[in-house]
Amino acid sequence: MLGLIGKKVGMTQVFDAQGRLTPVTVIKIEGNVVVSDRNEEKNGYSAAVLGSIDKKKSTVTKPYAGQFKEVCEPKQHVVEFRDYDREVAVGEVLGVDIFKDISFVDVTGTSKGKGFAGGMKRHGFKGGRATHGSKFHRDIGGTSMSSTPSRTFKGTRMAGHMGNERTTVQNLKVVRVDEEMQVLMVKGAIPGPAQSVVIVKKAIKK
Amino acid sequence: MKAIESEQMKENAENFCVGDTVKVFFKIIEGTNERVQVFEGLVIAKNNGGIRRTFVVRKISYGVGVERIFPLHSPRIERIEVVRRGRVRRAKLYYIRKKVGKKAKVKELIHRKNA
Repeated sequence: MLGLIGKKVGMTQVFDAQGRLTPVTVIKIEGNVVVSDRNEEKNGYSAAVLGSIDKKKSTVTKPYAGQFKEVCEPKQHVVEFRDYDREVAVGEVLGVDIFKDISFVDVTGTSKGKGFAGGMKRHGFKGGRATHGSKFHRDIGGTSMSSTPSRTFKGTRMAGHMGNERTTVQNLKVVRVDEEMQVLMVKGAIPGPAQSVVIVKKAIKK
Repeated sequence: MKAIESEQMKENAENFCVGDTVKVFFKIIEGTNERVQVFEGLVIAKNNGGIRRTFVVRKISYGVGVERIFPLHSPRIERIEVVRRGRVRRAKLYYIRKKVGKKAKVKELIHRKNA
C-alpha cells in the first residue's frame, strides 16, 4: 500500500497526448512527513504514519505534540497507512514523486454534505409525474407490504441525511505528476469540496 | 494555484473576433498517419474562458450548414488564419442560422474605421 495525504485544489481540463480534453482534479501534495513507523515486533503489524500540513502552535496540546517530538512540527493531519510498500525512515519527507510510476489511484475524502435529502435525490427513486393532475410528485412510495409482515423492514431506503461521509473513488487514472508544483492530477472527480483533505492511495484493484 | 494550472497549457494568440471568416488548420489522426484538414467558415461564437475556451465556426457545405466547435487551445489546431474581418454588433451570431441568401449571410466586411 502506497499513499499520501493531499488537498483537493479543484477541477480543470487538460489536453492529453491525442489532443483530447480530459477532465482532471488537481490534488496538492504538501510535504508528507513520516511521523513514525509501526513494525511487526513492537506493534504486531507494519505501517507508516504520515503527517501533513503544519498545525497552528496555539492549538496544539502537549499530548498531541508528543507524537511529533523531535521529528517535525506538529501536523494537522495524521494518517496511518498499513503495509507501506516503500522503505521509509522516521522524519523522511515524501512527495508526489512516489506516484510517478503508478497509473491508477484510489482517493478517499469526505463528500459534500447535502443535508436532509428526499428519496429521489438520495437513492435515485423515480418519483411521480409533475403534471396532469398528479398528486404524487417526489414521494418515495410504498415502503412495505400489507398485513404480513405489517411493518417496514429495517434498512428500507427512505429520506434522510445525505453526504458529508467518508467516500472512496477507486481506479482514477493518474494524468500527470508535477513534482515542481507538488501536484497530482487524476482523471475525473473526487469527493468533497475544494480545499478539503483527501487520502490518495495506490489503486487496490489495478 | 488554479491559475498556474491552466496557464501551463495555454498557447497565446486569440487573433480573431466573432464575425471574422477564418481558416482553421486542424490535425486529424487517421490510424498512424496525420494530416491537416482546413475548415473555413465564419466565427459565430466564442465560449468559456481559460483553457476551456472554445469557438464555433459555421460554413455552408453543399447547401448544408455545418458548425464545428473547436477548443481554442487544442494542440491539434495547427494555426488559425483570418481570411477577412467582419463587422458585427453582437457577440453571438446565432441569428444567421435562420437567414438565407444575401440576408445577412453576407456579413459586412472590412471597413474597420478605428484601429
